[in-house]
Amino acid sequence: MTPLLQVENLAKFYGHRIGCTDVSFDLFPGEVMGIVGESGSGKSTLLNCLAGHLTPDRGAVRFDTRAEGLKDTITMSEPERRMLGRTDWAFVHQHARDGLRMNVSAGGNVGERLMAVNARHYGNIRAEAIDWLGRVEITQDRIDERPTAFSGGMQQRLQIARNLVTGPRLVFMDEPTGGLDVSVQARLLDLLRSLVREMNLSAIIVTHDLAVVRLLADRLMVMKDGHVIETGLTDQVLDDPQQAYTQLLVSSVLQV
Amino acid sequence: MSDYNFAYLDEQTKRMIRRAILKGLAIPGYQVPFASREMPMPYGWGTGGVQVSAAVLKPDDTFKVIDQGADDTTNAVSIRRFFQKTAGVAVTEATEEASVIQTRHRIPEAELRADQILVYQVPIPEPLRFLEPSEVETRKMHALEEYGLMHVKLYEDISQHGDIATAYAYPVKVEGRYVMDPSPIPKFDNPKLKMAGIQLFGAGREQRIYAIPPYTDVVSLDFEDYPFQPTKADHACDLCGAEDSYLDELIMDDAGKRMFMCSDTDYCATRRKGGHIGAQGAPHREDAA
Repeated sequence: MTPLLQVENLAKFYGHRIGCTDVSFDLFPGEVMGIVGESGSGKSTLLNCLAGHLTPDRGAVRFDTRAEGLKDTITMSEPERRMLGRTDWAFVHQHARDGLRMNVSAGGNVGERLMAVNARHYGNIRAEAIDWLGRVEITQDRIDERPTAFSGGMQQRLQIARNLVTGPRLVFMDEPTGGLDVSVQARLLDLLRSLVREMNLSAIIVTHDLAVVRLLADRLMVMKDGHVIETGLTDQVLDDPQQAYTQLLVSSVLQV
Repeated sequence: MSDYNFAYLDEQTKRMIRRAILKGLAIPGYQVPFASREMPMPYGWGTGGVQVSAAVLKPDDTFKVIDQGADDTTNAVSIRRFFQKTAGVAVTEATEEASVIQTRHRIPEAELRADQILVYQVPIPEPLRFLEPSEVETRKMHALEEYGLMHVKLYEDISQHGDIATAYAYPVKVEGRYVMDPSPIPKFDNPKLKMAGIQLFGAGREQRIYAIPPYTDVVSLDFEDYPFQPTKADHACDLCGAEDSYLDELIMDDAGKRMFMCSDTDYCATRRKGGHIGAQGAPHREDAA
């Protein structure tokens, strides 16, 4: 089976400091991988390198493109990479404001990716937007409101709808539940889990919240100081951590 | 003739501007950066158009300036006088007779010929400006032909107003490649952008020149189910009776009395000379102001 994403010896340095280094893994279709670690451990750097927002200093990121099979996204041309960015890839930012156009209505936000891939029929675009707003539990009558009129949780759901509307195969998520209160988090996780299963999405989720990966991720990668220190199935890593740092991480979770 | 160099600008500057114009003509719709000069008028009064006009004017040219279609407004009169003084060229109000026409916000009603040049004054050359504030990003979008965002603006129009409410500066795609802001002309004029004459666009403050060569394909952006429609006031000109020209609306008194008249003053006057009379028009007299 061809992996959807193949990462080999990826490294990114900020001058002398290590962003992340020696990262290798394969991600298969339909698989959800979590990346956990403390602040500054290099998880966001890694995610940005994978999604093409940062150029890594070493290594290869090969994506299984529809036309040409496995292809290195770092050496491919910029138009090609940006095309992937708005078709087969999706990126969910921690802060919805970074991923949304705040001065464009909810419908326009969802429709933008469709129009970017040459949808030119207003009625169809609007129908699709209404469908997707429904899927993320935003009622139809809010379609012409701007995201500024939405609550934090709604903004995050709108961002997810905007990203998934073109039917991507790989979703990058950077702390998708950060900054939301727990009940909203729970509903968002529920929604994400059903969307991921329903659309058979592959996803890479960066988070420092172990509950998020426990719910969503099949596999887990633990990072510290730019290195991957432990990998494995999520339950295995969380229930039987081998590394001292992972043990600390797991035992630091507050029990209610 | 005065002590100015011909057409005010020095020869090196004109050469630089002509190079930008040639590049613009070679890549229709592409915004060519140029080193815009200080002109003896404030930004927003047509400094870009004036520099382009200065670069293309020849001593034997006949020059015409219109502002919102009119030859007799402050902006038009002062720019016309400027070139009368600094270039000593002949000037005219008749579209027919002019070889170079500088315009603000209109395309003349009369069809332009292959030996005529139309120079536009452009306030903001970047059609994506109010959607994407970063110039670095908009340039990249032009380079990679990522124009989905332009349709987001039209989508917003329809969702808020029920129709594409953009009435001027309506975005166009030039020769199937670059999306271009045709300057704030009414969308009524958009179909005329495909013409026999050369069209040059100058933005002084933003330091950009772009161009449409003769007979270039210019398509107004739209949706399949909301096609582009040029619009004008649903009325005939009250002075000359024309039903096919773009109209200005004039408020006549405090009681709401209104009058519609051609925005193209030369077109209106020519028609009245030819004996056409509108609902409120008087027959043409030679001595009338």
